[in-house]
Amino acid sequence: MDSNTRNEAVLKVDGLGIDFGGLTAVNNFAMSIKHKEIAGLIGPNGAGKTTVFNMLTKVYKPSRGTIVFCGQDTANLSIVEMSKLGIARTFQNIRLFSKLSVLDNVKCGFHQSITYSPLDAIFKTPRYRREEHEVDRKSRELLKVFNLSNEADVVAASLPYGGQRRLEIARALATSPRLLLLDEPAAGMNPQETEDLMNMIRTVRDKFEISILLIEHDMKLVMGICERITVLNYGMTLAEGTPEEIQSNPEVVKAYLGE
Amino acid sequence: MGFLSYLVSGLSLGSVYAIIALGYTMVYGIAKMLNFAHGDVIMIGAYVAFFALSNFGLPIIPATLLSIVVCTLLGVIIERLAYKPLRDASSLSVLITAIGVSYFLQNGAQIIWSSSTKVFPAIFQSGSVSLGGASISYLTLITIGVCLIVMAALTLFINKTRTGAAMRACSEDKGAAILMGINVNHIISVTFAIGSGLAAIASVLLCAAYPSVYPTLGAMPGIKAFTAAVFGGIGSIPGAFLGGLLLGVIEIFAKAYVSTQLSDAIVFAVLIVVLLIKPTGLLGKKIDEKV
Amino acid sequence: MAKSIFSSLFQNAQKRNRTVSFLIVIIAYAVLESMMRSGNLSSLFTSLLVPMTCYIVAAIGLNLNVGISGELNLGQAGFMSVGAFTGVSISGLLANTVPNDTVRLIIAIISGIVAAAIFGLIIGVPVLKLQGDYLAIVTLAFGQILKSIITNIYFGFDSAGLHFSFVENKTSLLPGGKMLMNGPMGATGTNKISNFTTGVILILLSLIVVYNLMDSKSGRAIMAARDNRIAAESTGIPILSTKMLSFLVSACLGGAAGALYGLNYSTLVPAKFDFNTSILILVYVVLGGLGNMTGTIIATIVLVLLPEFLRSMQDYRMLIYAIVLILIMILTNNEDLKVRMSRFSLKSILMRKKG
Repeated sequence: MDSNTRNEAVLKVDGLGIDFGGLTAVNNFAMSIKHKEIAGLIGPNGAGKTTVFNMLTKVYKPSRGTIVFCGQDTANLSIVEMSKLGIARTFQNIRLFSKLSVLDNVKCGFHQSITYSPLDAIFKTPRYRREEHEVDRKSRELLKVFNLSNEADVVAASLPYGGQRRLEIARALATSPRLLLLDEPAAGMNPQETEDLMNMIRTVRDKFEISILLIEHDMKLVMGICERITVLNYGMTLAEGTPEEIQSNPEVVKAYLGE
Repeated sequence: MGFLSYLVSGLSLGSVYAIIALGYTMVYGIAKMLNFAHGDVIMIGAYVAFFALSNFGLPIIPATLLSIVVCTLLGVIIERLAYKPLRDASSLSVLITAIGVSYFLQNGAQIIWSSSTKVFPAIFQSGSVSLGGASISYLTLITIGVCLIVMAALTLFINKTRTGAAMRACSEDKGAAILMGINVNHIISVTFAIGSGLAAIASVLLCAAYPSVYPTLGAMPGIKAFTAAVFGGIGSIPGAFLGGLLLGVIEIFAKAYVSTQLSDAIVFAVLIVVLLIKPTGLLGKKIDEKV
Repeated sequence: MAKSIFSSLFQNAQKRNRTVSFLIVIIAYAVLESMMRSGNLSSLFTSLLVPMTCYIVAAIGLNLNVGISGELNLGQAGFMSVGAFTGVSISGLLANTVPNDTVRLIIAIISGIVAAAIFGLIIGVPVLKLQGDYLAIVTLAFGQILKSIITNIYFGFDSAGLHFSFVENKTSLLPGGKMLMNGPMGATGTNKISNFTTGVILILLSLIVVYNLMDSKSGRAIMAARDNRIAAESTGIPILSTKMLSFLVSACLGGAAGALYGLNYSTLVPAKFDFNTSILILVYVVLGGLGNMTGTIIATIVLVLLPEFLRSMQDYRMLIYAIVLILIMILTNNEDLKVRMSRFSLKSILMRKKG
């Protein structure tokens, strides 16, 4: 990536909205994320945060608005194409490939970067062997980063909760994204685990040189690592700014504490 | 024969499919299983009616009632012995069990009654009425009439009785139904009883139109009615009714205007086209996965 | 630490299971073939060997589709039928040009595979857009359509070339001509060129194909799409082409099995490959265990032979078969019974002694 694109927004969202039946879930949502930035998306329950993630990854087709990623308009792209383009995500209610091993879960993340065909696999050609060897090496490296090396051959569903969350991030990173979306990564974690997670998110950003957007209810985590925060309420952007700005914004305090 | 008479005989065949499809769709709606043995309950119903008419010399109404009683009991027994132990098993295991039950009934019938075809006696007065230039036999009118009565009675039962309300609750959310104090096992038994009773009615109508009784008699109407249920949106009672009627009409039209040999292929091709346009059938509910 | 020991056991068990599947096939082949050569196998038993290998190949394919990919496919017999009639026709056409039976058999099997792949592609596009029970009914519907179409094909050749007609038989062949497919009567006067050895080689090849695919990105994608569709897509795995691959491989193995099956009989009617045959293969897959190829092979062998062992019971054999089927499903799936049964298992008896 040259210095030009470095200063430009990786993600630029404008006027994003979606209706379910007659109900408008998100309306006129806008935000932009710079390269290597850690941004936060917060808001009360039901504000539409996960819906924004689902639109950014095209799990839901937005009814209105534009999503420009790395200078490319993503209007007609599918979920798979968004992944190819460089947006990876985790899910609020962890979605692992539960019957696959931990190692295979990460290997799945490399799907798009593998070039051999099913016929190569059937005949175990040198190309297949070379690429599989490479994927195996890279996957084990990722597992090491996330402290999962000892569980590589365990079935994913049998991992403890924290391990499953880490595995989901490892799998997302295997797709070599430029933007990582984390949906409530600290949910269900104790303060110590949350602390470790914060460090890990920073390490991921520095090591993989990517931007990160996270949804989180743990304010200590959000205020601690996010460089910029967007607040969503009733499907609309309520405020945007630095953690300090957000914390002192009366509108935000009102939305969280009620009248 | 003209268009109108094809339409009427299509509706008549469709009425039989609809009655069978109601059994499929109710069981699917509440027990969430594909009961592939349903067609064979029809076969048993046909044998019972046959013996009641030919050997015991019963008139048609008592013979049909006897057939309904036997099939209802049979349905409940099958559910208790074969399906109830598998309440929490994968749907594939239940499907294979249903196929086992189907084999059991077919081969049991073959041992008891031999595989030779028995000729079902003529039960309805032959004769016809003329309507808009087409002559319609009494049997056709009776078949369509019975189907309408069954449909009306079932709709009343589902919407107006306590048991009906419990059935709707079970099909919506079994877990919540249990919390509301509904005895789900009892409701499933009732569903099988009703479905099998309807199969008995269908068997008499079917045999009145195609008067041969043999052990694999239920297989093809079973598959067709299953198709009709999916066609209308499996789990939906009006869907089964609509699907049954449409399937019957399409089958008769295909036979009349295209080719007898290819009629089955056309029926199934229409099903595929419908599912491609509406993936959950004509009146089926769309279920979205929450992300 | 304990966990990693457990996990390596898990991996080894999977690898061992694969080795076992190859060993079972090879040992069974050695025993049966030597029995056959020494004349110790009844003619009835011998006649079951080739069909048995066909069902195993078709079931291995279906297990990839149903067991590993998780799609309930009720139309495998349709692909067997396509493979069978393609294979028989090609073999009939090449009877003079390729006199060597083995070469002709191989060509026939390959054309069966190609034909099944073509139909698989056509059918797969609409089928794989649907899910669950709707997918099941559409595979059933396509199975029925294929049967109807094949029942209406009239196809033959004579010195003037190929003759083809549909629904009504309008082919009139010159003297010396031969009908390859004759509507509902199917194929008659086929040269029986299938043999047990080819069947066994086909099983081994099917196992290699399926196992090697499982060890690749395709295998991982198939299982990922099954375990969590949305997560798979978000990870860059295209669902449709992934499911298509397992559907196609399953269809191709069905086609290969069909070609071998068709060339094992002098007459073959299209009605042979009906809904019941699809169900039969599905039963082998489910009883053998979803995704478990060794189990599929054992289940197929046992279930093909079971009715023959029950032959002394005559009329009751299919009834007993049905009861066995229901009982196995209940015993292996009911949690209460499982707990009660486990008390009598070897493992728990050994554990009790230790304790």
